[in-house]
Amino acid sequence: MTFEPTIVGFLCNWCSYTGADLAGTSRVKYAANVRSIRVMCSGRVEPTFVIKALYEGADGVLIAGCHPGDCHYQEGNYKALRRYRLLRRVLPEYGIEPERVRLEWVAASEGERFAKVVDDFTDQIRRLGPLDIKESIAQSLIDDVVNHEEEATKDIGDVNEA
Amino acid sequence: MKLKFGIYWGAACGGCDVAILDTHEKILEIADMADIFLWPLAMDFKYKKIRALEDNYLDASFFSGAIRNSENEEIARLLRRKSKVMVALGACAHIGGIPGLANMYTREDVLNRVYRESESTINEEGIIPREAWSEGEYELELPRFYNTVKTLDQIINVEYYIPGCPPVPLQIYSALTLVRDGMLPPKGSVIGAGDRALCEQCPRVKEEKKLTGIKRVHEVIPDPEKCLLEQGLICLGPVTRSGCGSRCIKSGVPCRGCYGPVDDVKDQGFAMLSALASSLDAKEQKDIDAIIDTIEDPLRTLHRFSLAASMLRRKKV
Repeated sequence: MTFEPTIVGFLCNWCSYTGADLAGTSRVKYAANVRSIRVMCSGRVEPTFVIKALYEGADGVLIAGCHPGDCHYQEGNYKALRRYRLLRRVLPEYGIEPERVRLEWVAASEGERFAKVVDDFTDQIRRLGPLDIKESIAQSLIDDVVNHEEEATKDIGDVNEA
Repeated sequence: MKLKFGIYWGAACGGCDVAILDTHEKILEIADMADIFLWPLAMDFKYKKIRALEDNYLDASFFSGAIRNSENEEIARLLRRKSKVMVALGACAHIGGIPGLANMYTREDVLNRVYRESESTINEEGIIPREAWSEGEYELELPRFYNTVKTLDQIINVEYYIPGCPPVPLQIYSALTLVRDGMLPPKGSVIGAGDRALCEQCPRVKEEKKLTGIKRVHEVIPDPEKCLLEQGLICLGPVTRSGCGSRCIKSGVPCRGCYGPVDDVKDQGFAMLSALASSLDAKEQKDIDAIIDTIEDPLRTLHRFSLAASMLRRKKV
């Protein structure tokens, strides 16, 4: 069975969500892996949202906003770009491939493009495989378990005892 | 009636214990307030005496330091059982602190670095510490060195947190008086600190943040009046809890975040990453990347004290 990634998509209300809507109303076929969340602006997407999505089980996160110059709030998409570039810089240090997070510009008229972006990104995440952060944290803790109940009742003497 | 306190350190430098002593003449009031049953840094007590106490015998225990090895964890659990109230004292017990940065490595990485690779090490046989050793009639045991550094509340239930690296001595004293006077806030609260962001108390003048490059503290003599972040120094004031008395920022040193996140911030490092990136003065990808290139080690700078308590906790293994 091929791995079907879970992708969380943060789509800006004014361009990309409308673009996704257009893809739907135009009956464009595209991968069903993206769970869309409508946000008012791509500039609303905090890095914490992305990290939380990955932590909670997403294999990839797509952020989509208006093309540069088109932001409904003038500058929000530039803010999103800056955060995205810095976030990408730190992800590899956590052992997370930066390719798991992608920022794309999708206009309200670009239904076809939205479909293509989602197909592309889903393909990319499929190739990267599952992320499973919680599982990885749990694995890293296994070695740390010592039987403390038993230790606590055992008389190990005292470190300071001369 | 006199209260009964326990004071202990896990993976700590001892700075929090010294901060208790730094309450100066108030230490006499603390001595009047409570009998101390355990305090390895300052006084000589035995673990087995603590084991022999009834459960919940101590009114409060103050635990500084992160959980780094099995001994830290064992004593944390022991004190939890013997104490009515458990207080995480200082940044390491609260959010992992500096030891938490080791979560960017594995246990093997750390042991190899320290015992085999470091420039000052001569260890031709490649010996690293073992947990158990026996020869003839001798048996020795060492605590297990953990893969992941933990905050105190990742191991046991913790009622209160006194943040800081180290906590301001007078804040420790005022937290102790809360215990004495039975004025403790709801469980889970941070005590001995403010509840707003440090930025809100900062006396420096703030204007628009347009950063064209990030500098490190030794590279620049900051203007004494202006916001440090606006001067290109990474200051964690926007996401860090107040209550420290603004000691660093008043001395021209940017906030490193030791008081931990404010109440509504879940992940101090990524919240600051957001604030920092938003303040960069560039719109084109290549210009943005050029500014980001001037940030030395962004992950550890932004998560300097809070990595172990952050959402991802550690490097993926």
